[in-house]
Amino acid sequence: MNEKENEPKLWLDRHELQRIFDVLIDDGYEIVGPTVEQGAIIYDRISSADDLPKGIRDQQEPGKYRLEAAGDEYCFSFAVGPHSWKKYLTPPIMPLLRVKQKNSELEIEEVIQKPQKFAFLGVRGCELAAILIQDRLWLDPAHSDPVYRQRRESSLILAVNCTTPAATCFCSSMQTGPACRSGYDVALTELKAGFVIAVGTSSGAALVKRLPLRPATQAEMDEAKQSLAHAEAKITKQMPQVDEHSKLLKKLKHPHWQSVAERCLSCANCTMVCPTCFCHSVDDVSDLNNGDITRVRRWDSCFNLDFSHASGTPIRDTTASRYRQWLTHKLASWIDQFGSSGCVGCGRCITWCPVGIDLTQEVATLLEEPVDVGE
Amino acid sequence: MSKLPRLAVVKFASCDGCQLTLLDCEDELLALGEAVHIAHFAEASSQLEEGPYDIALVEGSITTPHDVERILLLRSISRVLITIGACATSGGIQALKNFADHQEFMKAVYARPEFIQTLSTSTPISQHVKVDFELRGCPVDKVQLLEVIQAYLRGVRPKTSSESVCQPCKRRGTVCVVVVQGIPCLGPITQSGCGSICPAFDRGCYGCFGPAAATNMTSLSDNVLLPNMSPTEAGKWLRSFNGYSPVFAEESVRLWPLTLSNKSHKEGGDTK
Ligand code: SF4
Ligand code: SF4
Ligand code: SF4
Repeated sequence: MNEKENEPKLWLDRHELQRIFDVLIDDGYEIVGPTVEQGAIIYDRISSADDLPKGIRDQQEPGKYRLEAAGDEYCFSFAVGPHSWKKYLTPPIMPLLRVKQKNSELEIEEVIQKPQKFAFLGVRGCELAAILIQDRLWLDPAHSDPVYRQRRESSLILAVNCTTPAATCFCSSMQTGPACRSGYDVALTELKAGFVIAVGTSSGAALVKRLPLRPATQAEMDEAKQSLAHAEAKITKQMPQVDEHSKLLKKLKHPHWQSVAERCLSCANCTMVCPTCFCHSVDDVSDLNNGDITRVRRWDSCFNLDFSHASGTPIRDTTASRYRQWLTHKLASWIDQFGSSGCVGCGRCITWCPVGIDLTQEVATLLEEPVDVGE
Repeated sequence: MSKLPRLAVVKFASCDGCQLTLLDCEDELLALGEAVHIAHFAEASSQLEEGPYDIALVEGSITTPHDVERILLLRSISRVLITIGACATSGGIQALKNFADHQEFMKAVYARPEFIQTLSTSTPISQHVKVDFELRGCPVDKVQLLEVIQAYLRGVRPKTSSESVCQPCKRRGTVCVVVVQGIPCLGPITQSGCGSICPAFDRGCYGCFGPAAATNMTSLSDNVLLPNMSPTEAGKWLRSFNGYSPVFAEESVRLWPLTLSNKSHKEGGDTK
């Protein structure tokens, strides 16, 4: 489990929570964290502990999400919502460069936005795993992405161990949560009276030095451990075992792809909310006023017909073929490509699918024996 | 006479909203004026020059015998013909008469219906002449309109996305109104282009841009609309600005069947 589970921890009293914000703002960080907006807990820029979703719980099921007030002091008692950190690390619409015509010369100007220094507060175990997956793509030394690298390297990660998984979560079967495993600067576990804090990096150590902390007592550490064990027990959704996934690629002709396609809208919400989906397109947008061209990168999706457009026609021209592409890439060929599954078990694609398609159930049906397989 | 390409903006049965979008371009309008010669644009100037035109932007649907003659003529004198908006592209809200008895409508609206000369249907331009490009929207989006015009000026394919409204909705960070509020939304089956405005204001998408490239109408009805509204309401909802586009029309008739006193929308074709 958590490699740092038995190391000594620190303690922050609940009424000192604001101090984290003060120190981060003092250090020039833009704090991004959970806050209630539009009926959900989203990630946005926040500046004080009052912005956190205090006493708010979420209820999630396939295609449905509701908030309710519990009226207590807990600020992190919810599961992941519609946004993920990729909103900040790979912004949905990102101008990359501008081409201007100066006399007969073309002038190319980088327009990558000003350097950002983010402190991400409230990152969950599954989300840490998702960021590490995105790192493999965007930080690959062979073709590292300057936007991602700048944002990723200057950001600080304040993770929170998840004690309140939703009914759509299955991080435990993907080995990514509910406890934070690695990839954080500090990790908090929220208890009634305050926070047990683990330090993950030297940046995290520098941060905690400036906070009013004391060593956590054994009782506090035990309570934190118990609440995580309790969370793990609450997770009932399972992804069929990972070693089964190679079998998925032997199910390419399974009739069940068509039965999913009867429900699937090909709307791409699942890929937009997925914290590991990274597909994007790059377009040149021209300005009639001055003739400038701006090159813009935006989130794209394998559910779009145009996405597989090649030689004048889409290669994946049915919803069944697009859903199959998404699921088999995410769970099977991703392993060959990046050395891990592309799914971290966050459950977002289940909750935010307008028709409530649940990939764990689709996988279970696809793997049921015996079926006519066909590669 | 200037050597600039000659642009015409021509109106058929419509509300003028799409033409207003062009006027609304303000800053870009000056640049456009330098890139083309605006030969015919009644909303902007009463000086209307005769064809031929290099680019004709057509607003509105075909609803009268006179319209049929005009569109044939316009096509014959236009090098490129682009429809702008839901009326020109799918028949518009006035295509509601295609699902009903237009005589009844006339009696309800006009004191002396015998003076009205009209077809029994409102049909898209493409049912009458070859259309080079159909720009969706009710009204069209300013950025897309400029993109289409300049793409044709440069001789390249316009970049207008055929993705669903859900994608710009997610990119702008809107929380899905279907999932959080149980509000019915046509976003998943509607083509983007508006910037996904409605869900950002707690309303479902009304389908102003017509069907997306890939649609699954029955699943949308069964899983998104019908849990929140009656089949008749759902049928009415689909039968609006783009109600006569084949994908929407078929599903709206399935949900809200035509009554005996109504004619079938498939019969309504005194065109072509
Ligand atoms: S596939 Fe679904 S459950 Fe897995 S990481 Fe993506 S959104 Fe989360
Ligand atoms: S699985 Fe759901 S969210 Fe994904 S494209 Fe299909 S309907 Fe949309
Ligand atoms: S609010 Fe409508 S357009 Fe936006 S994601 Fe949900 S279904 Fe799609």
